[in-house]
This record gives sequence, C-alpha cells and structure tokens, in this order.
Amino acid sequence: MIGAQMYEMVMVGNERLKGEIIRIEKDHAVIQVYENTSGLKPGEEVIGTGLPLSVELGPGLIGNIFDGIERPLRALREKTGIFIRRGVNTPALSRDKEWYFTPKVKANAVVHGGDIIGTVKESELIEHKIMVPPNIQGRIIDIVGEGKYVVNEEIARVKVGDKIETLRMFQTWPVRRPRPYKRRLIPNSPLITGQRVIDTFFPIAKGGTASIPGGFGTGKTITQQQLAKWSDADVIIYVGCGERGNEMVDILITFPELSDPKSGRPLMERTILIANTSNMPVSAREASIYTAVTIGEYYRDMGYHVALMADSTSRWAEALREISGRLEEMPAEEGFPSYLPTRLGEFYERAGIVETLGSENREGSLSIIGAVSPPGGDFSEPVTTHTKRFTRVFWALDKELADARHYPAINWIQSYSEYIDNVSEWWSKNVSRDWRRYRSEAMKILQREDELKEIVKLVGPEALPDSQRLILEAAKMLRVAFLQQNALDPIDTYSTPIKQFKMLKMIIDFYDGARKIIERGVPIFKIMQLPVIAEMMRMKNEIPNDKVELLDKLYSRMKDSLLKLEESLK
Amino acid sequence: MISMGIVKPEYVGVSRIAGPIIVVDGVSGVSYDEVVEVITPSGEIRRGRVLDVGKGKAIVQVFEGTEGLSLSETRVRFLGEPLRVPVSMDMLGRVMNSLAEPIDGGPKPIVEDMRDVNGNPLNPMAREYPRDFIQTGISVIDGMCSLVRGQKLPIFSASGLPHNVLAAQIARQAKIAGEEDFYIVFAAMGIKHDEEAFFRKSFEEGGALKRTAMFINLAEDPTMERIITPRTALTLAEYLAFEQEAHVLVILTDMTNYCEALREVSASLEEVPSRKGYPGYMYSDLASIYERSGRVRGRNGSLTQMPILTMPNDDITHPIPDLTGYITEGQIVLDRELHNRGIYPPVNVLISLSRLMKDGIGKEKTREDHADVASQLYAAYAQCNELRSLASIIGEEALSQRDRAYLRFGDEFETRFINQGVDENRTIEETLNIAWDLLSILPKEELTRIHREYLDKYLKA
Repeated sequence: MIGAQMYEMVMVGNERLKGEIIRIEKDHAVIQVYENTSGLKPGEEVIGTGLPLSVELGPGLIGNIFDGIERPLRALREKTGIFIRRGVNTPALSRDKEWYFTPKVKANAVVHGGDIIGTVKESELIEHKIMVPPNIQGRIIDIVGEGKYVVNEEIARVKVGDKIETLRMFQTWPVRRPRPYKRRLIPNSPLITGQRVIDTFFPIAKGGTASIPGGFGTGKTITQQQLAKWSDADVIIYVGCGERGNEMVDILITFPELSDPKSGRPLMERTILIANTSNMPVSAREASIYTAVTIGEYYRDMGYHVALMADSTSRWAEALREISGRLEEMPAEEGFPSYLPTRLGEFYERAGIVETLGSENREGSLSIIGAVSPPGGDFSEPVTTHTKRFTRVFWALDKELADARHYPAINWIQSYSEYIDNVSEWWSKNVSRDWRRYRSEAMKILQREDELKEIVKLVGPEALPDSQRLILEAAKMLRVAFLQQNALDPIDTYSTPIKQFKMLKMIIDFYDGARKIIERGVPIFKIMQLPVIAEMMRMKNEIPNDKVELLDKLYSRMKDSLLKLEESLK
Repeated sequence: MISMGIVKPEYVGVSRIAGPIIVVDGVSGVSYDEVVEVITPSGEIRRGRVLDVGKGKAIVQVFEGTEGLSLSETRVRFLGEPLRVPVSMDMLGRVMNSLAEPIDGGPKPIVEDMRDVNGNPLNPMAREYPRDFIQTGISVIDGMCSLVRGQKLPIFSASGLPHNVLAAQIARQAKIAGEEDFYIVFAAMGIKHDEEAFFRKSFEEGGALKRTAMFINLAEDPTMERIITPRTALTLAEYLAFEQEAHVLVILTDMTNYCEALREVSASLEEVPSRKGYPGYMYSDLASIYERSGRVRGRNGSLTQMPILTMPNDDITHPIPDLTGYITEGQIVLDRELHNRGIYPPVNVLISLSRLMKDGIGKEKTREDHADVASQLYAAYAQCNELRSLASIIGEEALSQRDRAYLRFGDEFETRFINQGVDENRTIEETLNIAWDLLSILPKEELTRIHREYLDKYLKA
C-alpha cells in the first residue's frame, strides 16, 4: 500500500465496499470498512480514491434521511428493496432534482470563502445559501442566471490566482475536519426548548453542549425527540447512532405531521436525519457522528442556529472500542481505547456560536446534545465521566423518577447547567427581571425537600412542624405541577418561556404566602384543602400557551384564597 | 441443511483446536463468514463457519463442538457461501433443529427458498411504525405495557419464575381485533427437556401447534449451535412476515444461554473482554437479532418478538438484561417477591415498560382514557410503594387517611389487577374497568394525571 494516505477513502473488493484507511504500517494499511464484509476474500483488490472520507453539502439535505456515511436511505430503498444491501453507491444529493437558483453576485465580483453567491429555497423554512467553499478566494468570471439547475451543474467560475475554479451548488468537506469560521462568540441566548425543567432549571445556550445520561427506560430518546421537536433552532439534525430502527420511523412519521411552533410549517422542513441503527455496520456508526456534525457546521456557516441531537454517543464510543479491539490496541478503562476522551472532546468542541466566514459577518451556532447510555445506569463509567468534562449542561436521568413515571426524569439534584449566568440577561430582558430569583427560590425548596426526606423516612411527615411540611407540599407542587411534563399531552408538551415563568412565580408566591399565614397560626391542612390548589396542579395542561392571561387570573384567585382563609380563622 | 454446489477442495489436518474453534492453515480463497464442513476422523460431518481469515489461515467455529477431532485426521471443506437455511410455509407445525432439519420424525419440509441466516438490515425508510394494539388478555400487559404488532418486548425473568407459563399464555391468547391468529415461531436455546415439553404441550392443547414452527436446541445439544438457532428462526419469521405477509410472533428462550455461548466463542478467540467477560460487540450482536422485528411499509405482515431471558442472580444491571433493555422496545420484568406472594403473572409494574404503547392505544384502538389511566396507576402504585416502606418504620396508624388509601389501593391493585388466572382472558374493556374500580379508592383530587372529562365519564362515585 505505497502512496496510501491516513484517513483516505478506499473501495474494497469486487463489490466496491466503502472504507477508510485508519492505520498505515511499512507495507500495509489497515482499512475500516463501512459495510458488512461477509464473503470478502484475501487477494481482492482495493482502490484508493486519494480523498479523505467526505460528505456532500448542498440543497437536498433538509427533510432527508441518510445512513452513517451519508448514503440516502430513501434512494436506497428504491434501488435495493426493503433490506439494505452492500456495495451500492448512490450520491447523497440527487443528481436529477432541479433547484431554483437565484444568484446574489455578479461577474467580476471579488469573493472570499463563505461568501454567498446565490440562494435556493430548500424548504418552506430554509433558504439554502450557496457559499463559496472556505478555501477559495478570487474574482467571479461568470455566473448563471436565475433558473433551475441540478446540484452538479456548473453555476459559476472563479479565477483564483492563475487557476480557474468551478463552483457548483454543492461542495464536499472531509468529515473529520472542523469547518473554519472567523471567530467564536460567547453563547448568551438560551436555546428555548419548551421543556420547563430544561429552560427554567438547567438551560442550554445556543451554541452550547449538553449531555443526557440515563439507563434504559429513563427517557433519553423521548427527551431528545422533544428537543428536536420544540427547540427554537432553525435546523435540527437528529442522529440515531446504534439505536432502534423504529425510533427513526417514529420521527419520519410524526415530524411531517407536527408543526414548528414559530412558523406553523411541518417540522420535517427543518430536520435532517442520520440513521445508523444498531443492526447496521458498526464502523459506519463510528462515522455517523462526524457526518452529522459536518452537516451541522455547514448550516451554521449559512448563519443558521443548528441543534444536533446524538442518540446515543455511548454506541459511538462502543464502536470505537470494537474497532480498537480488532486493531489489538492496548485498552484503557473498561476496554475503551485511551483516545476516547480526546475524540469526545474533539466532537463536542465542534459546537459553538461563531462569526462565520464571508463578508457579511453572519452569526450562526451549532448546539450539540448527546445522549449517553451508561451500562447498568452507572454514571461512573468512562463515557459518562469523560462526556461530563466536555459538556456544560448535564441532564441526569434518574431511574427512580422514571419508575414513578415522572417525565422528563431529569434529576434536579444531580443535574447542572453552566449557562445560567449567560442566559440570565436574556430572561430578564425578554421575560422578567425576577427570573433568576424565582429560579433559585425553587431550587432551594427542592434542596430542602431532599434533606427533609431523610427525616420523613424515619418519623413520617405528620411529625414535622407545619413550616417544614409546607416545604414538602411546595416541593411536591413544583415536582408535579411544574417539573413533570407530559410529552404526549397536546398542551403540556411545550411551554413558552412566559408560561413557564408565570407558573413558577405562582408556586413560589403561593409558598411564600402560605408560609406567612402559617407563621400567624393557620394550620397547613386548611391551606392544602383550598380548591385553588387543584387548579394550580392542573394549570400545565389546562391553560394553553396562547391564553397565559388565565394564569394571571388564577394567580389572583390564589392570593385571594390565602387572604380569605386567614381572615376566616381570625 | 446446506446446499451442495460444485465439489470444493478439502483440507486435511488442522493446526489448532481450542474449545469450539479450529484453525486451518495453508488455505486460499476462503472468505469471512462462509460455511464449513468439518469431517471428523470417524467420518461424521459437522458444520461450522469462518470467524476470521488471515494470510493462509482460517479460524473456524464448529457448531456441533470439537469433541473427537484430531489435528492430523480432521478434514475441512469450505463451501464458499454464508450459511443458508430453508424457509417455507410447510415448516409450520414442525419441530426442527438449529439448522432447520426436522427432528420430529416427519419428512423434510418442502423448501420454498434458501436464505442467508444473518439476514440483512431493514432499511429504516422501509419500516412502518408499529401501532396496532395486540390484546394479550393479561391486564397488567394490556393495561400498562401494551404490546403492539412489530414490537420487540422481552420478558426479564429469573430462575424459578413462571416466564414460560406467561409466554405460553401470551402465545395462546394474543389477538388483534378482526384478524386471524398469529403464526408462532419458537426458538429454544439451551433450555431443559421439560421446558420444551411444556411449550409443545401448551401449543398442542391450545390448538396452536399447526401454526407454530419450533426450532429446538436443548441444554444437552451443542452450545455453538445456539448462536445459529435464533437466526434460523428469524429467517423463517421474516419470510412469513414480509413475504407471505402474515403476522408472526417469535418467542426466543432463553437469551441468557445464547449470550453465554457468545462469551464462550469470544473467550476461545482470546478477544479483549468487556463487562463480566462478555465480548465488547455483544450489543451489536444482540441488536442483529432483536432488530429483525418490525413492520414494512406497504406489506401486511408483522414480526413481533418476545425474547425471554433469565437475569443471573436476579440482577437487572447484569450485561445481558442491560444490553437487551437498551435495544428492545421496553421490557416486562418478573418479580420474585410478587411470585412468592402467589400473584400471577408476577410482573413488577414499576420497572416494566412498553415504549411503543403510546401510539398503540387510545381512541379507536383501545379506549380514549387508556393512556391517562395507565399513567395514574403507575403514579399511584409508586406512591403506595414509597408509603409501604414508611409504614414499615412508623406504622400504618401514623399515616394520614390519604396515605392509608394509597396502601389499600396498592394491595387491591396487586390482587385484582395484576393477579389473574393462567387461562383468564380479559378484554381491554374489562381491564380498564377494573382499573377505574381501583382508582375510586383514592380521593378524587389525587387523580391529577387523568383529564377531567374522563374522570367525569368513568369514575364511579
């Protein structure tokens, strides 16, 4: 294998299976083959392509579904039937589909990498910006007029030094190399997800990173899907990495039926799916994460806010382990290769909010949310612990909460977000200046409950003084009426920031009011019998997002009830 | 059964025998995963497959074991293709071994096609999302972890628990409104004689035998064959479901024995082990079995899987149940304590789950209130369990009236809802009505998970 390059893409054997060189020794190279190798014989030929493993980036990604090495599954379905066969090479982007291209520059214009030369309406939601690839700089010789073109048609020529470069509507980019940008910005605005425990308690910023670890059945996938549905990102990339086939179908079926809360258009018009299910080849599972993140960066470069959900990064790490084991590398913890933390770090560092290349100074972001599946639900295992180092939000899914069907089963004691300082300003500007105060009040109550629970286990709740029992009741209200959120309920599935805040304020102010009258001698059982409490417990699924004024009315009824109760007992 | 093509060269003598593995030197043109015939010194023909090929060297796993093989006198023939097994409608009503050869004394079934046992991954684009409720007649399953057509829902059990009785009851009773009965494909890996006899008898008595194909590898049969048994069974099941467009229920028992066979092979190959000595690729390997269930868009059939596994030491975090739970769409967990209290089926509701339930139930499928009722039952039973541990410390008398209602709810839930007869077949209506009966024990304001309209409609005063 003389002349072979590290990470070069190769075609293996008579069936031309796609592979990548992952190790080179004196006279031979080790190739990771992305397809099933049954029937492959020693002596079959290997053809080098001279290029690293790359993906095609251009119109036609949105609304589509690809495997881990960007083979279009819809096209494959038509070509090979219901089962995936190997050795089938189909370009990621259709060469037949015509797109309506509108040029934005004229001949003679000087362009740099990242400049927009034209646009294509890729879906009702996404205007695809055709950009000059990052490493090209020069003068436009000619550019086609407005009209329909297929992706591999020549649309412009650029004179770069003495050479002439041809631009098409798509470009290719090596998946393992991050796409360049001008500079990084500080992530300051929250990625609003409509999930109360996330937005209010453990927020993630646009361009941030988060991890969701949890044993099986704790709701990783549902949480990821909720984020994919309701996040206020422009583009969603969902990677099913070594997970179930039916989950991908679930998204394929439900997303076209659900509408984006901002625009009312079907969610599929902003979504890209990468499916490498658990029964598809393990090596392509390893590549799927990079394929997804590269596509994410590409839309970021257009100036979009992109959110990438990877379910599950543990399967990706296991793919690394399996390949490493076959290479007979010295294992580190639990058989994982010693470079696992490096790879995890490299992956999560590709998230961020940036000023993109190009003369427009666009701002775009890529947020990464990775699910982690720790064996036996034990968070001390290597993938969880290393992921924690490289992500700034940790949503710990809890088996006990899941068993009690408290969803999302995000444990409020173990979870954290390092973006609270960053996003506080957004909340105080857009929702309320008191947001931060109410949030920490609520956290305090939940903390206190956690301590009191130990005592309750020994003596029972009846033995506590009323002031402490109130903490238990308020915490219960926070848990049931606020933190618990039903993904399947049409109203409760999504809460606007304003609704979230009003609900939180209602519970905290109720607690404060009740505490004051308890100090003045009102017994707690009288308070808990107030009919307004039942209404508060149901406000999440009885008051829709567009009628938050009903929350204000409920708020005054709550205040009144407490007042009247105190008076009646005087 | 392996189709014989042109005569292949034979290699005489092997260089190494270790456990189920033999190493053949000086080979050429051998491919990964192809089928091998191994001829013992006494002339017996055994089968195996290539696990690894290198320069002039092939590592072969022998299904029937290596007993009686010798280094110099063993002959090996490489057949040049992956293992294929026959499939046909004629196999229903028959009992076969891991390679689909009849062992019931009857004639060979007509072969309609020969298929690669490993199958091919189903294109996610070709899948149809499973959403047709299957009524099993068992309240705890229908009501709280509903099974749908095309789902893979395992039973996590432990030795001494009635998983076989439950699986047989499900196979007997499973029904979809207005549809014909399921075909049953049954694969036994390393189970005991009497377990096999139990299933056979139960299918016979229920009149299901003629629509059942059984693939049997008993505890005394060769361990290595166990790696093939579920794949042979699923190859037939896929044929029935996606080609003959029938509804097929596959029961795989016991996956724990399968995983142990896998570990044995891995250890013989001296691979770097992962947790508890199981190979690092066990997740992918199990997925290659479990993911072969589902539905296909535009075709009528479905392949529903119900694997059974026994948790070593009742430990749900053991790699076998753990990896299974990450792949399957939920799990039904049996509980020793409930069993000891005489409750059948002893399903631990709180840790059982059906991921596909949400889309299989509700209006026009089961009943409009189903989702709310199930959610409320979970929450109330979880609450009751918390209170039980409290009551054991401070005494029931020290609890409030509300809390005591929860305790009473919990007891009745176990004895009236979970508990039922081995032959008792409840409709979903009956199941939900029992649930409302039980919920009426609790104060109405506690039922926050149920929409008001359903409370008004179904709750008895």
